Parts: sequence; structure tokens; C-alpha cells
Amino acid sequence: MTPLLQVRNVSKRYGSRIGCAEVSFDLYPGEVMGIVGESGSGKSTLLNCLAGKLTPDGGQVVFDTRMDGPVDTLTMSEPQRRMLGRTDWAFVHQHARDGLRMGVSAGGNIGERLMAVGERHYGRIRGQATDWLDRVEIDQARIDDRPEAFSGGMQQRLQIARNLVTGPRLAFMDEPTGGLDVSVQARLLDLLRGLVREMGLSALIVTHDLAVVRLLADRLMVMKDGRVVEAGLTDQVLDDPQHAYTQLLVSSVLQA
Amino acid sequence: MIELSDVSKSFTLHNQGGARIEVMSGASLSVGPGECVSLTGASGAGKSTLMRLIYGNYLAASGQIIVGGVDVASARPREILRMRRETLGYVSQFLRVVPRVPTLDVVAEPLLALGRPLDEARDRATHLLAMLNIPRRLWSLSPTTFSGGEQQRVNIARGFAHDYPAFLLDESTASLDVANRDVVLGLIEAAKARGAAIVGIFHDADARARVCDREVDVTAFSPTASGTAA
Repeated sequence: MTPLLQVRNVSKRYGSRIGCAEVSFDLYPGEVMGIVGESGSGKSTLLNCLAGKLTPDGGQVVFDTRMDGPVDTLTMSEPQRRMLGRTDWAFVHQHARDGLRMGVSAGGNIGERLMAVGERHYGRIRGQATDWLDRVEIDQARIDDRPEAFSGGMQQRLQIARNLVTGPRLAFMDEPTGGLDVSVQARLLDLLRGLVREMGLSALIVTHDLAVVRLLADRLMVMKDGRVVEAGLTDQVLDDPQHAYTQLLVSSVLQA
Repeated sequence: MIELSDVSKSFTLHNQGGARIEVMSGASLSVGPGECVSLTGASGAGKSTLMRLIYGNYLAASGQIIVGGVDVASARPREILRMRRETLGYVSQFLRVVPRVPTLDVVAEPLLALGRPLDEARDRATHLLAMLNIPRRLWSLSPTTFSGGEQQRVNIARGFAHDYPAFLLDESTASLDVANRDVVLGLIEAAKARGAAIVGIFHDADARARVCDREVDVTAFSPTASGTAA
């Protein structure tokens, strides 16, 4: 099986400071990989480099495209990469307002991404928007409300609906459950797991919450000072950590 | 089905002066189809450690752990994930689930992960929950709020949802009432009858006598016993 994403030696410096250094891994279809580490460890920098939001200084990010097979997204033309960002890739921001259009209705937020890929039929767009509100458990009666009027948890679920409506194959998620109440977090985790299973979605999830990765991620990568210090099966890395830093991380948590 | 040869395990505690603790060495074990092996030995002798090594939850320091053709000791994560999905079921002592998910879906999940249709997965879950005497009115609720005994039975139902060719059972009959213990032993016997290989920890002597074909004392695998500690 061809990996969906092949990352090779991705590095990013901020002047003399290391953002991330020589990161390599393969992600296969349907796999969810967690990236953990303390703030400043480079996990968000890495995610942004992979998702085309930052330009790495070196390396390859090869994505298995539907049309042309594996292509290095770093050497792709800008329009091609933008198209990927609207179709096969999804990016879920920690703060829903960074990923939503706050002045546009909930239905419009979902429909916009469909229109970006050429859908023009109003009835179908509204139909899909309604369907997705339902899937992320937002009352359909709220379809014409703006996200400003939504709670934090609802905004996050709307952001997920907006991102997944085009049936992407890879989702980049930056602390998707951060800043949410524990009960809302659980609901979101359940939702994400269901979507991963039903849509065969692959995901890279940056978080500092080890309990979240245990429930959501198949594999785990631990970062420190911009480098990957340990990687493996999620439960193996958490229950039998090999690297000093991972041992510290795991033992510092109140029951992950 | 499950073949261990010369497996060793140690822990290095980097944050406690780099202390290296040898916990197992020279562990070998072979369990064939339809066979049930009970691990014995005092508390702390390494029964759970051995089970975790077989499941790939602990990383072996050396040796081979072949489960259904996959060497868990050296396989890549996704090979182990597939092995866990298709080949090796693990009924642990504790239920670990996403909060808020209904019991019926918790039990059906291993089948959904294999791509089985929702109806079929729910039917099987319904059947198992009824067998294990979980009251029907609880099926739509999350098991996180259930009593310890109920959670244990939900965990067993989930563990037996798919007909795995191999199982790890960690005290699956402990603290069950007579009727439910009988149901679980029946599930184990049925699994054996269709050729499943089972490694388990059974503290209950009657249960052991009924389903286990032989016992393996893990004390023999302790580094001090075998004298091979490096």
C-alpha cells in the first residue's frame, strides 16, 4: 500500500533557532497520528510546514494525489496546492474562529467549501450543509445563524463540518479539543473517531493532551526542541516510553 | 498461533539515575490453535508484563514474539495495529473508552473497525450484552458510569465481538457472579472449539480447571531464575 503522506527530512529554522529539524515519517490511509510535546517543541511548526502554511527550509512532503499519484507538495505550483487545501486536505485550527468565516451563516460556512470545488446547485449545497450540521450534532434550525452566536464547542464542530464536507483524505488538526470543556471534548472525540472510521480519513493531530491521543491516535510522535525523540504505537509509547523526555512527559500527567 | 522465543524485557528509568531494571529474560512459549494456557506465578512475577509484550504494548528488548505470522517484537506500528484488529483480541481488566459513547456501540466497535456493516455489528453486540446479563435499559448509555462488575462484562462483550484467532485474557472471570462466570467460560470454550489460541491469567482455580489445557509459571522467566541477566 502506498503511504498517503511521506515526509522526509523536513526542517524549518527561525533565524538561528530551530523550528523543527529533520522530521521523517509515513502516514498510511486511515491512520491517525498524534504529535505531542511541550509548547515550543516544534509540533505546530511541523504541522504548518506539512500543510503548506509555512515553507520549510528543506525536505519533502509527498502526498498521494488522486490524479497523479505521489507528488511533492513543496514543489507543486501554488494553484495546485491551493486546490489540495480545498479538496483532499483539511485543516482544523485550535481556535475555531481562525478556520471559520465569522460573518457568514453556518450553512454558508459549509457551502463555501463546496462552491470552491465547483458546486453551484443551491439546493444540493443546502442539502449537504444540513446533512453535515446533523453529523456534527448541530441543530439544523441553526443553519442560518452566524457562528458568532455559537458556543465554543459548536464552533469547533462547525469548523470540522466545513472542513470535511468535501470528503478530504487527510486532516491536519492543531489542538482540536484545546480550550473546550471536558464534556464537549468527549463529544468531539467521539465524532472524530466516527468520521475517521466511516470516511477512511487520515489525520495528524497536534496536542499536548495525552488522554486525547490515547483515545484518538493509532500512532504517536514525541517532539522536543524541534526533533522527534520517539515514535511508535500510541499505547506502547505511553505505557513503555523509551526516551528520557517521554518518560518525563508521561510521568508528569495525572493518569493519562 | 502464538510463539515466543527467548524474549527479554527491561526498563531503563532515565529520570531516576538511568537505573536499568531487568524484568524478564529467556521467555519462551508456544500456544497452538484451540489451546488455552494459563500464566501462573506470584504477584509481580511478570504475568501481565508477558501479556503486554505479546500485545505489543511493551517493547521487547530481544527475542521473537510471533502472533499469526507477525513478529510483534520487530513489526512496524501499522502491522501491529492490523494484528490487533484482525488476529489478537485482548480482554484487559479495565474498560477504556471514549466517554459518552453508548454501550452498544462500544461493544460493536471492533467489528466496525473491521469494516463490517453496522447492522451486523449491532446484532452481535446485542447478542453478547444479553448473554452477559447487561440490562437492556443500559445499552444506550455510556459504560463509564456503570458499576465495576458491569464495566467488566461490557469489556468482555467487546473483547469477544470479533471471532479472533487468538486471545489474551487478563483475569476475565475474576469477581464475576456464578452465572456470569459460566457465560464467560462458555465463550472461552466456544472460542477454543473454533480453534482460537488463548493465553490468560486465571486466579480462579475452578475456571482454570475447566478451560485451561496447561499452566506456565512465569517465575521461570525472571532474570534471577534463569541467571542470564546482563
